[in-house]
Formats: sequence, C-alpha cells, structure tokens
Amino acid sequence: MTAGADRRFRLAIGTATVLALAAIWGVGSAGQWIAPIYFPPPGEVWTAFVQVAVQGYADGMLHQHFLHSCLLVLYGFVAAVAVGVPLGMLMGWSRRAEAILNPAFLLLRPIPPLAWIPLAIVWLGLGDAAKVLVIWFAAFVPSVINSYAGVRSIEPHLLEAARSLGIPRAMLLREVLFPGALPLVFTGLRLSLQACWTTLVAGELIGAITGLGHLLYQGGLDIYPAMILVGMVAVALAGGLMTALLTLLEARAMPWRGR
Amino acid sequence: MHDRLSRRSFIALSALGLGGFFALWALLAASALVPKLFLPSPVAVAERFAELTQQPFVGYTLQQHLLSSFGRFGAGFALAALIGVPLGLAMGWFRWLDGVVSPLFDALRFVAPIAWVPFAALWFGTGIGGPILIIFSGAFPPCVINAYRGAKYVEPRFVEAAQTLGASHWRMITEVLLPASVPSIVAGLRISAGLGWQSLVGAELIVASSGVGYLMVKGQSNISTATVMSGMVAIGIVGFAIDLLLRSLEARIHRKRGR
Repeated sequence: MTAGADRRFRLAIGTATVLALAAIWGVGSAGQWIAPIYFPPPGEVWTAFVQVAVQGYADGMLHQHFLHSCLLVLYGFVAAVAVGVPLGMLMGWSRRAEAILNPAFLLLRPIPPLAWIPLAIVWLGLGDAAKVLVIWFAAFVPSVINSYAGVRSIEPHLLEAARSLGIPRAMLLREVLFPGALPLVFTGLRLSLQACWTTLVAGELIGAITGLGHLLYQGGLDIYPAMILVGMVAVALAGGLMTALLTLLEARAMPWRGR
Repeated sequence: MHDRLSRRSFIALSALGLGGFFALWALLAASALVPKLFLPSPVAVAERFAELTQQPFVGYTLQQHLLSSFGRFGAGFALAALIGVPLGLAMGWFRWLDGVVSPLFDALRFVAPIAWVPFAALWFGTGIGGPILIIFSGAFPPCVINAYRGAKYVEPRFVEAAQTLGASHWRMITEVLLPASVPSIVAGLRISAGLGWQSLVGAELIVASSGVGYLMVKGQSNISTATVMSGMVAIGIVGFAIDLLLRSLEARIHRKRGR
C-alpha cells in the first residue's frame, strides 16, 4: 500500500473510532448505563465547562487556573534550564568539572522530582515558591544529563579542526560546542517539560490556592466528575500547548535541521 | 576531551566533590543561617533513618512502609506490562488495531499520570485500587510504545518467510514479533518502571494511608525534616535498585543475542 493510502486508511479508522466512542458515551449516559457518579454525561461536562469558564470554580475562572499553572511551569522550567544546561555542558567539556560535580549529582539523581514536594513544603510552605522549586528539580536533572551527553556526542574531529584553526574560546563555545550539543539538549528539554507538568499537578493537588491541580482537587472533593474531566482536559491541553511551543522553538534554534 | 586527567586524579577529585557536598550540607546545618528544624545535618538524617527502621512511625516501620509501597508498585507495573506489551505487539501487527488505538492513546498520553488522582479515588477508592491506577497510567505508555516499535520494525524478511510458510496471526505474534522485539520491550519496561515508581510516590503523597510517600507526608505535617529526608533516601535507593535490576536484565539479553 502506498504511504498516502495508508494515511487515509488510518485517518478513516481513527475518525470512526473517535465517533463510535462519542456515540457510546452519549447513548450510554442517556440510557443510564454509565453511572453519572463515575463518569459524567456530555451535557454535564459542558455545564461544568461553562460554569468554570464564566462564573469560576475552586476560587478562580478557568483561564486564571490555566495561566497560573502555565506560568509556574514556565518559571521553574526556565530557571532549571538556565542553570542545568551550562552546568551539563561544563561537565561534558571539562573532565575536572565532571569529576567534582558528578558524585553529588549521582546521589540526587535517583530521587524522583515528586519526592521533593514534602521537603519543598516544609521549606517554603504551600505557596507558589514551593511549586517552582519542585518544578525546578524536575527539569534540572534531565537538562544537565542531556547537555552533558550533547557535548560528549560532538565529533572529536570537529573540535580538533576548530582548535587547529586557532579559534578563541568564546567562539569555540558559540560556534562548535553549543550548536553541537543542541539536538540532545532539546531532547532533554522535551522530557523535562513533561516531568514538570506531572510535578506541578501533584504539587497543586497537595495544596494550592489556584491552578489546574487545585481545580482537580476541588472537583474530587465535591465528587463532581464533570469538573474533574474538564480539569484533566485542561491539563492535557496546557501540556500539549507548551510541548508544541517547544517544538517551534527547536525548529527556530536549529534551522540547519530541515525536516 | 579538553583536559586529560589520570585515573587517579579523577578519583581524587570525585572524592573531593563528594566530601565537599556533605561538608557544605553539614556546615549549612551547623551554621545559624538555616534553622535546624528545616535542615538537619547529614548525621541527624542517618540517625533518623536508622531509627525509622526500628521504631514504627505512623503505624509502621520504614521496611513495612517500603513493603506496602512495593506491593502497590508491583501490582500496577505488572498490570501495565501484561496489558501494554501484548497491546503494543498487536498494534504493530494488525493495522486496523493501530488505527483504532493510536488516536486515543495519543490523546491520553498528554494527561499527566497524577491528573488521574481524582478519578482513581472516585473509581477505586484510596486503599489499593486508586494508587494502582495511577502507577498504571504512568507505566503503561512506554510498555505500549516500545512493544509497538519492536514489532513494527522487525526484519521484513522474517515476516515474509513466516508468511510464506503459512504462519497464522497468532503464531506470527508469538513466534516472530515477540522474540524479535524483546530488546525494545525490555528497554520500555525499564523506562516504565522508572515512571511507575515516580507515579507511586505521587499517589502515596496524595491518596494512601501507608507507604513511603505517606511517611513523608506525615513527616512534613509534623515538620520533621529528617523524616522527610529519610523517606527521600529510601525512595532513591529502591528506585536505583529497580533500575539496576532491569539494566542487568537488559545487558543479559543483549549478551545472549551476541550484540
């Protein structure tokens, strides 16, 4: 089968599946086969969406929760990248730096980001600072590892060639090391962005004033399945949106990698 | 790389780095800069860790907490592997199944595992079922993706040979696709164990009444930083051990296949 026909086949069967599931959901809810306490009927989800978007729910309107969560992820992520990428590149470049920094890093690495949440709460309380700290941890480790691997993946010939041409240090960094490490750096960023969202949602479920996790928490507390579903869709959309932005940034940062 | 180091000075510098890390920690703890309540010294954490293995905290000793965490983890991870791997293989073989499942799978993948917490609690309660669903949602995607990739990129020659010999779909999956994709599957299991362990920690922080995550939450609400840190150490050690185990399994399979 040709590639075009294959794509059409997949598209058709995928659309059919989604439509069939939507039909099962609608009919099942209308016929009461799906208990509304466990899974909300479509109408209720719409009502919940309108309610949180217009009147607000869990101390805020939908866009406020959405923006708040996105901003926290952005702060933690950017701070982690700003520290992690140079550190990882330094460790990849200098054996001395690697020898000194790696042991401490190896000790901290197996601790999952989520496990920092209680400590962050003890240190900083339930406010935004604790969440940014935990998100920072979630993004920091992958940033360091992948920047390190990125510098290590550069062809030694390239470095030798650059050096034999007598390139100054700053230029070597800008023209060889940084672009060479970039593909793997972006792989790390993508991984860490997902970890950031997981961490943020966990942090907000444990305690927050606004944010999508808080919306989920309140929905669970009130046993309001429709609102829980709205919250989950919002979390997925926010995560997908930021990943899409990162992909755009990746294409801009590496124009030589035409796709 | 840039600067060459002898093996001996590398080890010496590593020891220096490790010592420096603990020295800095101890110094910060001993100074009046950070209150003792928030940053206990390394020795205090080690003492607390030993104490937790002897005396029960919030009902159980550390080993018992670990055991109940591990039970949940094992159940969720086993479920993810038992459903995910066959599903992935079948998706790699039957194109219609790929078309049916892929759109749903891609949509669900963007939902952070922790965002399932409210539904998990609603559907399965907070005892054992809820946390298992959360671990499952973290561990499931890598199982599916890697089995799928393994089956999809199997040598076409093998597939053709088996087809010429008149192998049925079932024999095709069990005798051609499964053996050929074992390395990819094991790599997926390793990723999925890591994500599952992380999700477990999150689940226990939010919904559970035993387990290491629960121990940390209680430590946090008692503002016993040493307890929280002991929990982090225990989680790190177990996570590291799981990874090591699967790594050696992976290496063994690669050796057996002469790669």
